[in-house]
Amino acid sequence: MTPRRPPLPWLKPGLFVGGLIPLAVLVWRAAHRTLGADAIAIGLNQLGYLALVFLVSSLACTPLKTLTGWTWPVRSRRMLGLFAVFYASLHLLTYVGIDQQLDWPVLWGDVTQRKFMVVGFLAFLCLVPLAWTSTDASVRRLGFQRWKALHRLAYVAGVLAVVHFTWRVKSDLRVPLTWAAILGALFLVRVADAIRTRRRKRSRQPVAARSVDLESAGRPASGA
Amino acid sequence: MSKPDTHEPPPGEITPEPLYLRRREFLRNAGLGVLTAAATGAGLVALTQGGPGVARGGRKDGPAPEPAPPKILGRYSTDEKPTSYEDVTHYNNFYEFGTDKLDPAANAGRLRTRPWTVTVDGLVKKPLTVDIDQLLKWFPLEERIYRMRCVEAWSMVIPWLGFPLGDFIRRVEPLGSAKYVAFQTLLDQQQMPLQRSHILEWPYVEGLRMDEATHPLTLLVAGLYGKALPNQNGAPLRLVVPWKYGFKGIKSIVKISFVEKQPPTTWSIEGPREYGFYANVNPDVSHPRWSQATERRIGEFARRKTLPFNGYGDEVAQLYTGMDPKTLY
Repeated sequence: MTPRRPPLPWLKPGLFVGGLIPLAVLVWRAAHRTLGADAIAIGLNQLGYLALVFLVSSLACTPLKTLTGWTWPVRSRRMLGLFAVFYASLHLLTYVGIDQQLDWPVLWGDVTQRKFMVVGFLAFLCLVPLAWTSTDASVRRLGFQRWKALHRLAYVAGVLAVVHFTWRVKSDLRVPLTWAAILGALFLVRVADAIRTRRRKRSRQPVAARSVDLESAGRPASGA
Repeated sequence: MSKPDTHEPPPGEITPEPLYLRRREFLRNAGLGVLTAAATGAGLVALTQGGPGVARGGRKDGPAPEPAPPKILGRYSTDEKPTSYEDVTHYNNFYEFGTDKLDPAANAGRLRTRPWTVTVDGLVKKPLTVDIDQLLKWFPLEERIYRMRCVEAWSMVIPWLGFPLGDFIRRVEPLGSAKYVAFQTLLDQQQMPLQRSHILEWPYVEGLRMDEATHPLTLLVAGLYGKALPNQNGAPLRLVVPWKYGFKGIKSIVKISFVEKQPPTTWSIEGPREYGFYANVNPDVSHPRWSQATERRIGEFARRKTLPFNGYGDEVAQLYTGMDPKTLY
């Protein structure tokens, strides 16, 4: 069940520091007023983009393992997911606190009238319970199957985030559609893998045995 | 592996093997960790600094030229503080050169603004094609400090150098049947690289109703801050209509046509629900994706309230009496 190879002790500290570097660069440039004419808009866009990059990276871990057999991406998945929530929170706080400066009528209009905003906010709401249940203790408390089902919300968040990005852009859709394509490819790998696993299971088990085996079949596969 | 037997240090100074191996492992892990951090950080910074659709911000290059406040403020000029020359010339929407705000300043250098001709055609007594330098001699250039409100909810104050479009129109004498004026930007994929993409329909086109076009606020502009227009701001000749959203201010004009029917305009082709023909600044009509109630003046931190007709209501509101303001976005 657990990977036999020794864990890569440098991976997580490296990712942790690396994941904070773009924030450090952003803060540095904001402090030195080198973000350009509309620094708030640029900071807002960069934070949102970082949230998307981390979210899609966390969703890429399992497909990567399916395709390559590598287990190290899965081991860094929690950190990637937490970075996604971290940057999404900063993105939201920047919008509410710095961009709109707590202009509640405008913010209320955003969540009641503007689907672009609603979709982004929903993506954020999807991520909150995932961050909340990201600990090992939560996995034990919920039971692995329920935990896993809950964390499929990450895919919902990914789709909502890409839609949010696509609707933000005025006319040049090339970058948002690239991310939509990446997300689509990840979905394909997961669906293809699920179909393959089910076929294999079916062909291995005689029909009579299948119903009996269903209970034990619910066990987690390695690290998935 | 055996050690070479030269200059063997005294036994007391030899690091015990397990410690030596741990140290080596530690250094290796530390090295890989630093590498991972550097690669991740560099990758993320590169992603957020580049690519269309992700505003990447700019650096200030060199000291901004001194704003040249006009000696006499004409009746149409605002006394608000002009936005810095640096920001006016490095925060532009000119999609022919890229969709990031910095792209036009970076890429518009390849635009050749001389020789340049402007063609006047359609329902007009004197159709003509005139050299830009000739055209600019027809009218005295005057400075007008206008507010500029972008549909993206930011704004600037810009000291333009130009002349009323109305003066130009009277000179070329449109026929009575001409109800609208249509404008067209240069179409040249060599000079305007994004015209190879399909992000908008090219060439960029805009239009005004005749009474809007001849309104004394409406300018044909050839300069800003007392100097020739930088390419990224629409050299050599652009339109400025201060009570409308910025996208109405078509840049690098090569053709002005007088027509009977309302002409197509680029952004209303792209998104008819989001950008109309009139595009009058209106805080009460939200863009479908964001509020137009407030704007951020470039260079300021707090948002300010957006004014109807961008604050030019006293001059232009009467152009639209009897029309539903909700349809004038």
